[in-house]
Amino acid sequence: MTTGIELRALAKTFRTPTGPVEAVRGVDIAVAAGETVALLGPNGAGKSTTIDLLLGLQRPDGGTVTVFGRSPEAAVDHGRIGVMLQAGGLLRELSVRELVTMMRALHPRPLPVEETLALARLEAIADHRTEKLSGGQQQRVRFALALVGDPDLLVLDEPTVGLDVEARQAFWATVRDLAQRGKTVLFATHYLEEADSFADRVVLMAHGRVVADGPPTEIKAMVGSRTIRATLPAAPLEQLETLPGVTAAERRGDGVVLACSDSDRAIRALLLAQPQARDIEITGAGLEQAFLQLTGEEVLAA
Amino acid sequence: MNALVYARYELVRTFRNRRFFVFSLGFPLALYYLTATANRHEQNLGGSGISAPLYLMVGLAAFGSMNAMLATGARIAGERGVGWNRQLRLTPLSTRTYFRVKVLTAYVTALLTIVLLYAAGTTLGVRLGALDWAKMTALILVGLVPFAAIGVLMGHLLTTQTIGPAMGGTTALLGFLGGVWFPITGGAMQKVAEALPSYWLVQASHVGLGGSGWSSTGWAVVAAWSLAAAVLARRVYRRDTQRV
Repeated sequence: MTTGIELRALAKTFRTPTGPVEAVRGVDIAVAAGETVALLGPNGAGKSTTIDLLLGLQRPDGGTVTVFGRSPEAAVDHGRIGVMLQAGGLLRELSVRELVTMMRALHPRPLPVEETLALARLEAIADHRTEKLSGGQQQRVRFALALVGDPDLLVLDEPTVGLDVEARQAFWATVRDLAQRGKTVLFATHYLEEADSFADRVVLMAHGRVVADGPPTEIKAMVGSRTIRATLPAAPLEQLETLPGVTAAERRGDGVVLACSDSDRAIRALLLAQPQARDIEITGAGLEQAFLQLTGEEVLAA
Repeated sequence: MNALVYARYELVRTFRNRRFFVFSLGFPLALYYLTATANRHEQNLGGSGISAPLYLMVGLAAFGSMNAMLATGARIAGERGVGWNRQLRLTPLSTRTYFRVKVLTAYVTALLTIVLLYAAGTTLGVRLGALDWAKMTALILVGLVPFAAIGVLMGHLLTTQTIGPAMGGTTALLGFLGGVWFPITGGAMQKVAEALPSYWLVQASHVGLGGSGWSSTGWAVVAAWSLAAAVLARRVYRRDTQRV
């Protein structure tokens, strides 16, 4: 297995007016060349900071980054990384084709302009000025700019924000096609479905840490789990955690929150073990909720 | 990597910019005809010993080309404003090439302004030998070096909202104190003017008198401004990109 990306013990703290914010705290991620990996997590999980560190846009306070065995800067200089940033406008006063041609000129082994426009489905608007495009069209132009250098690694930060359903499907079809040609793809998303459908592997982030790393099915089972809440003042957490179907337990005042892999088994076991439990609720955990549970005690501290 | 293709589109963008046509071409040209037509037969403008059409031609070429150079700053600020500098940092484009292209673009546009004003000058009777035209142009181009650095400096210090007024104010003030509109002769004004790079741009018109154009003071002032602005621009650029 050839190493594509290797992040080791990556840490980054930002100073803010309200005190330091640890955006990334000890992240280890390895991506093999040719792999498609989703970086999944809610807003504020540290995905974008991790990507900035991976690309060398920010310096880590701790840890190391290598991309194809080099520093991120060297990989960028060799034109091996194509990036679609989350935000940001486009250069004005140029048509789409002109902008793609201009940026193509910066790369050592670029794709032909027309091929790039076709991959990003921009032929129909190739002669439009960039300042007159809709949000979704701009997003496709950003995609074209990521592709034009024919990079070995594609980094896509929330790539489908602002795209309609049809554009989304077309976008992922292209990404899948590129992955089949051997490109390494790392994309950040907060849509579980996208991670599930398009990644070989999902890295789940929350609170600046990797909380899970595995095939989509595994992550889906974890994240797609249900939660049982109940008022249960006296029950010890250690005992609740060992109930069948329960993966984690935490206390919130008089209440407890149980993250479940199998909520049907868990509720039966809970009522048997703790008949005094009241105000019972079972909810399908949203992604946000699931992340919070996976991070354990830090949620309580926050 | 093909920096020339990149530079070509950078130029295309500039020529499509309305502000460029207004401030770097239209404005100086209109002001030239407004100020020089009335006294086109004046052979010794304000005791400078230079004819009004020649003096004002160089004065407004200086003004327009200053604007053209500082417009680099507006482009940099605009690119920073939309996060384009991040996008560029993710390409093999080196910082050095980025600035080279910016300065090259600025010089091409400045040269266009200069040639336009020269053409206007000849319509009002300015006549110089080929060598004098060349010497004068060379002096102006050298005199623009500090403005290239000041443009980069402003581009990294200011935002799209603030850079317009800042540029306008800077060129108006430097133009006025440098003698763009009328010669500055003698007194405290002269001392102030001699310390400014804009003064020496305008002084390029002295070539028309058969001299070499700049005194050693002139060369020293332009060199000092170039160096100081370049050092500052470099420092501000570093600070700016670290924060990104």
